[in-house]
Amino acid sequence: MQTIISMLHFISVLLLCGAALLTLARILVGPTLPDRVVAIDLMSILVMCIIAIYSVVSYNDIYLDIIIALALVTFLGTIAFAQFIEWQLSKDQHE
Amino acid sequence: MSELISSILGLLGALFCFIAALGVLRMPDILLRMHASTKAGTLGISLLLISAAVHFGTFPVTAKVILIIIFMFIANPIAAHVLARAAYFIDIPLWKGTVIDELREHYDQKTHELGSDQNIPVKKTH
Repeated sequence: MQTIISMLHFISVLLLCGAALLTLARILVGPTLPDRVVAIDLMSILVMCIIAIYSVVSYNDIYLDIIIALALVTFLGTIAFAQFIEWQLSKDQHE
Repeated sequence: MSELISSILGLLGALFCFIAALGVLRMPDILLRMHASTKAGTLGISLLLISAAVHFGTFPVTAKVILIIIFMFIANPIAAHVLARAAYFIDIPLWKGTVIDELREHYDQKTHELGSDQNIPVKKTH
């Protein structure tokens, strides 16, 4: 029973690491800035997922607080990037 | 038993996150990429958090998890909407297989105003 559970956790972490690699490829390739912002957003979600699994594996629920902070920061970061893209556009139009 | 359920939920969440990452890598343009990342990402993190709640089974953890999930379900669509809006403003190239772009004809690129003039025919983009 315990073996099955730890194996399932292992497979989950493996899948998340593969997902992080794929997302990293999109961050590096991404032809435009919005593509990269989408990928960074997904990357932080993946980090939250890994923290959630880690808190389950290590029997320590204090790590869930990190997820709250990370979710707030990620949301603000994405909004800031979107505003920056629009600001860049309006600056180009005025010049 | 609850640990087994928790780990299966965690595996499902990880699978959804993997699908989201695959979609972000493989989809051809930004709106399709967001379609993959936002939906699957939100579902993935929610399933993983529910797995943590099932695993611990105490009230503070469950309350925290519900809080995070509600925040995710409010914040992620807002972030995706704002980003898609910005991407549309800077004329991101759409996929060449895009059949129709109904916003293009009703939308002023300079003033960012949206008209609802029904007389303007909606053109196909290709």
